[in-house]
Amino acid sequence: MPETATKSISIPDNTSFIEDFPILKREVNGHKLVYLDNAASAQKPKQVVQAIEDYYFNEHSNVHRGIHYLSQLATDRYEGARERMRRFINASFTKEIIFTKGCTDGINLVASAFSKAHLNEGDEVLITEMEHHSNIVPWQMACADKGAKLVVAKVNEDGSMDMDDFKSKLSDRTKLVSVVHISNALGTINPAKEIVAEAKKFGAYTLIDGAQAAPHGGIDIRDIDCDFYVFSGHKMYGPTGSGILYGKESVLENMPPYQGGGEMIKTVTFEKTTYNELPFKFEAGTPNMAAAIGLAAAADFMEDFGIDKISEIENGLLAYATERLLEVDGLKIIGTAEHKASVVSFVVEGTHPSDIGSIIDKLGIAIRTGHHCTQPLMDKFGLPGTCRASFAAYNTLEEIDLLTEGVKRAAKMLR
Amino acid sequence: MAESIQEREEEIIEEFEFFPEWMEKYEHLIELGKSLPLIDEQYKTDDNLIKGCQSRVWLHADREDDTIKYSADSDAIITKGIIALMIRVLNDQKPEDIVNAELDFINQIGLKEHLSPTRSNGLVSMVKQMKFYALAHQAKQ
Repeated sequence: MPETATKSISIPDNTSFIEDFPILKREVNGHKLVYLDNAASAQKPKQVVQAIEDYYFNEHSNVHRGIHYLSQLATDRYEGARERMRRFINASFTKEIIFTKGCTDGINLVASAFSKAHLNEGDEVLITEMEHHSNIVPWQMACADKGAKLVVAKVNEDGSMDMDDFKSKLSDRTKLVSVVHISNALGTINPAKEIVAEAKKFGAYTLIDGAQAAPHGGIDIRDIDCDFYVFSGHKMYGPTGSGILYGKESVLENMPPYQGGGEMIKTVTFEKTTYNELPFKFEAGTPNMAAAIGLAAAADFMEDFGIDKISEIENGLLAYATERLLEVDGLKIIGTAEHKASVVSFVVEGTHPSDIGSIIDKLGIAIRTGHHCTQPLMDKFGLPGTCRASFAAYNTLEEIDLLTEGVKRAAKMLR
Repeated sequence: MAESIQEREEEIIEEFEFFPEWMEKYEHLIELGKSLPLIDEQYKTDDNLIKGCQSRVWLHADREDDTIKYSADSDAIITKGIIALMIRVLNDQKPEDIVNAELDFINQIGLKEHLSPTRSNGLVSMVKQMKFYALAHQAKQ
């Protein structure tokens, strides 16, 4: 859509970007869809679906084991996708890229395999109050299993991480620090590099949950220097069931396999099995090749359009949404940290988030309401949940106008 | 003798025929939700809480002679409006009738999506719980 001079904020032209998403043309409840639930899952561009279709129609076979032409072709495409994802996050080596089903799968892999190798009774795993359930529960399970302790660093009132509290909770007992890069419920961007540096002072390993960071691109693993980084494909315009676990080579080498099966072995006898090398040691069974190839296509798609341009659009949408939503009488934004991604969580005085969500759904506007899988965080703020609008580079200022009008209308009906 | 569940459902379906637009339906539900004192505060306990992902619902049931009296509440007003309808239909009915009620009126008045498990607003669990109470009372007879 063209820039309009009448608005307080302008964003770069994203018309061509929008055109690539057929679903955005559809109607919902008699209105043109306004999709503002991108932090839950982003929509898919033609290029990603096309890549998956091309693969299945022209190149599919099983990978890594066939002598025939198609098996080699499929292997090349799958391993090409791995190299593509290495570049996407600027990792040092392709073998440090493990394909997973998604972020949750990646965290569970680490929680299981890392804990087996390194977590002992009396050790501590340090997380924060703003973690998604998927970065809480696997550690609770691992800690319970090993007699280790889960320690939780505090979040400030504005939704930023309390770095002093975090530092005070690091000690020689801290075996691993697992922190979210960008909060799904608040939009806070955490200082990943600083978190890793502080953890290292105590010899702790580090995992950064990049589920909400990957959709914005520009992740530099070598700069962050964490031991593990996880993200999902479906939040960055890629297919569901795709995801990446990055692990530092030396750290992955010293972890036992997660699951057993084909692909992950070197030799098998009934007495003893030796394991394959990285990254295959952590990819038991026939992998989801189509998902990996689709994910690589999503990385191409984002970088072809331009990561800087995506950021500029998203930052503009965030600023405009913040400004417009605050016009709504009694609306309070939850999460006002200085560094934020394009997520606006809010509550409206005298109304329940699910009522607001139900009403604006009838206007074709999709937002998320509820606790966003961060119940401890909602409890901290004393809220039953929030309404959350999250923006992707295909959203527009006009859609934010519709959201604002929709929330105003809902609030009027409800009070 | 009280109206049957079926008769009450039909009454509500007729009532909602006055509200063909979703906006009017929601406004009516909000009014129902706002106007009814549904539950005695003493029963708004954790034991009576049905936790949904979206909203919370409290449900309490009492036996009165051979019928059941429900009271319930929710922190979300649209959910509360639908609860008011459920209570209107099922209150003072016999346990066996409650257990067998199909409650299709929610579908017929165009609010089916609110009783979908994906909404996770506690309503589906509430209806199950209402029937469960009825079943328990029936067993005691």
